[in-house]
Amino acid sequence: MTVDETIRQVLADHGRLAVPVDTLADDADLFGAGMTSHASVNVMLALEDAFEFEFSEKMLKKSTFESIEAIRTGVLEMTGE
Amino acid sequence: MAVHQVIPVTRAGHVAARMAAIADEVAAPAAADVDESGRFPSETLAALKAEGLLAALVPVELGGGGASLDEVSAGLVALGRRCASSAMVVAMHHIQVACLVRHGRNDLLRDYLRELSHHQYLLASATTEVGTGGDVRSSICALEVVDGRFRVQKQAPVISYADDADAVLVTARRAADSPESDQVIVLCRPPGLELEQVGEWNALGFRGTCSTGFVLRATGDAEAVLDDPYGDISTRTMLPVAHLLWSSVWLGIATDAVDLARKFVQGEARRKPGTLPAAALRLAEVTVVHQQFVDMVQSSLSRYEAADSDADRLASIGFGVGMNALKVSASTLVVDIVRECMLICGLAAYRLDTPFSLGRHLRDSIGAALMVNNDRIMANNAQMLLVLRGE
Ligand SMILES: Cc1cc2nc3c(=O)[nH]c(=O)nc-3n(C[C@H](O)[C@H](O)[C@H](O)COP(=O)(O)OP(=O)(O)OC[C@H]3O[C@@H](n4cnc5c(N)ncnc54)[C@H](O)[C@@H]3O)c2cc1C
Repeated sequence: MTVDETIRQVLADHGRLAVPVDTLADDADLFGAGMTSHASVNVMLALEDAFEFEFSEKMLKKSTFESIEAIRTGVLEMTGE
Repeated sequence: MAVHQVIPVTRAGHVAARMAAIADEVAAPAAADVDESGRFPSETLAALKAEGLLAALVPVELGGGGASLDEVSAGLVALGRRCASSAMVVAMHHIQVACLVRHGRNDLLRDYLRELSHHQYLLASATTEVGTGGDVRSSICALEVVDGRFRVQKQAPVISYADDADAVLVTARRAADSPESDQVIVLCRPPGLELEQVGEWNALGFRGTCSTGFVLRATGDAEAVLDDPYGDISTRTMLPVAHLLWSSVWLGIATDAVDLARKFVQGEARRKPGTLPAAALRLAEVTVVHQQFVDMVQSSLSRYEAADSDADRLASIGFGVGMNALKVSASTLVVDIVRECMLICGLAAYRLDTPFSLGRHLRDSIGAALMVNNDRIMANNAQMLLVLRGE
């Protein structure tokens, strides 16, 4: 799976979104789509498991998880790709 | 609504000093009746309004006092010592004001803050909803916005002092098709505000907060919706400010209990100079715990003020965990301290008709753990700790 596919899969499994993840654009607001802060914690844990890294302290904020685009930027920064 | 003569309250220390004076002169003599009759502490609120103190947290350029949260906290400790119901009303009002100051940036809301300062409006809050219980981060009711006007109806199981408030800040889903967690907060005020009372408030403690249930119906200009999503308002402002100001009220209750216990032990000592009264050691112990409480509130205020203008820091997990820990600790310590003081003063505290009576303190303090249930707060912290990194 590509990075984007993995991110979308994690969101489908753990984001508890009110709409199917396929209908969301890369820049769509995930919190607006129903992701709670609890769900975002699970998304984060699942991303760390899938990509085998740990988000740094400074990335642990709402904006890191606000859209697929933002998550991709965070993941690529942490995996150094 | 009368226009009050607003005295500028910009001098450092003024707000806390005036709140303390009103606590002694106005709130203390009325406290027993407020509690017994479960009535709104109108004389205390009138005295605070007459001195412009309901706008203490509004910036000076909008006509307010420009006071720091530290000062308001100190004032609430003083008020909490004399009448915890009054202090809780005032705390809840300032929490709403803090949200408006930081998150109400549009012209309508800025003008409202000017008006609030001028008329000394009192703000209430409707976050809790029938059906979601204490889970304030999800709403069932939704805003309906048509042609620049909003409409909302909320089944609110508790809105403290709604009958005496000039406006209510209400949480709701952003729109009919929004998920439960996509919330906004809207300022609802007459004439677009209608409150239909449901039931009575006959509770163990905080009886003067008059925290009755209502069906709330409101309409108004859509600009009355605060500019940030409720999730952000809650993390950055409402939750930390609420936990800080509630803790200040509870510290006031604990402080008065310790004062009474100390007076009691000193009385015993006077009767038998040369022998250490039986309860003196227990007093020394409770004084240690009380000092922890004082220092915890103070250091939490410093932590908040250090993070104040840094949105990322306020939204960080470590900060949130810390502010939740404050609420759980403070609400637990207040009960522990009052119970210890009850043991120190013995029957004199247990009886309802002595100067050392601690009945009201005990009843008020019990409510602290369930004003947003500590179990819920601990569950949130447990979740956040799954991802917290050490510094
Ligand atoms: C004096 C006072 C004044 C108040 N004023 C206002 C006001 O002005 N406006 C307002 O909106 N609200 C107000 N409230 C309400 C308050 O903020 C809480 O929302 C309310 O007390 C919670 O009610 P509850 O105990 O019925 O609900 P819950 O929080 O739902 O708790 C009920 C029970 O469920 C358990 N529980 C349920 N879900 C969970 C979970 N996920 N995790 C852990 N435990 C859970 C709790 O442990 C508890 O035993 C006031 C409360 C008090 C005491």
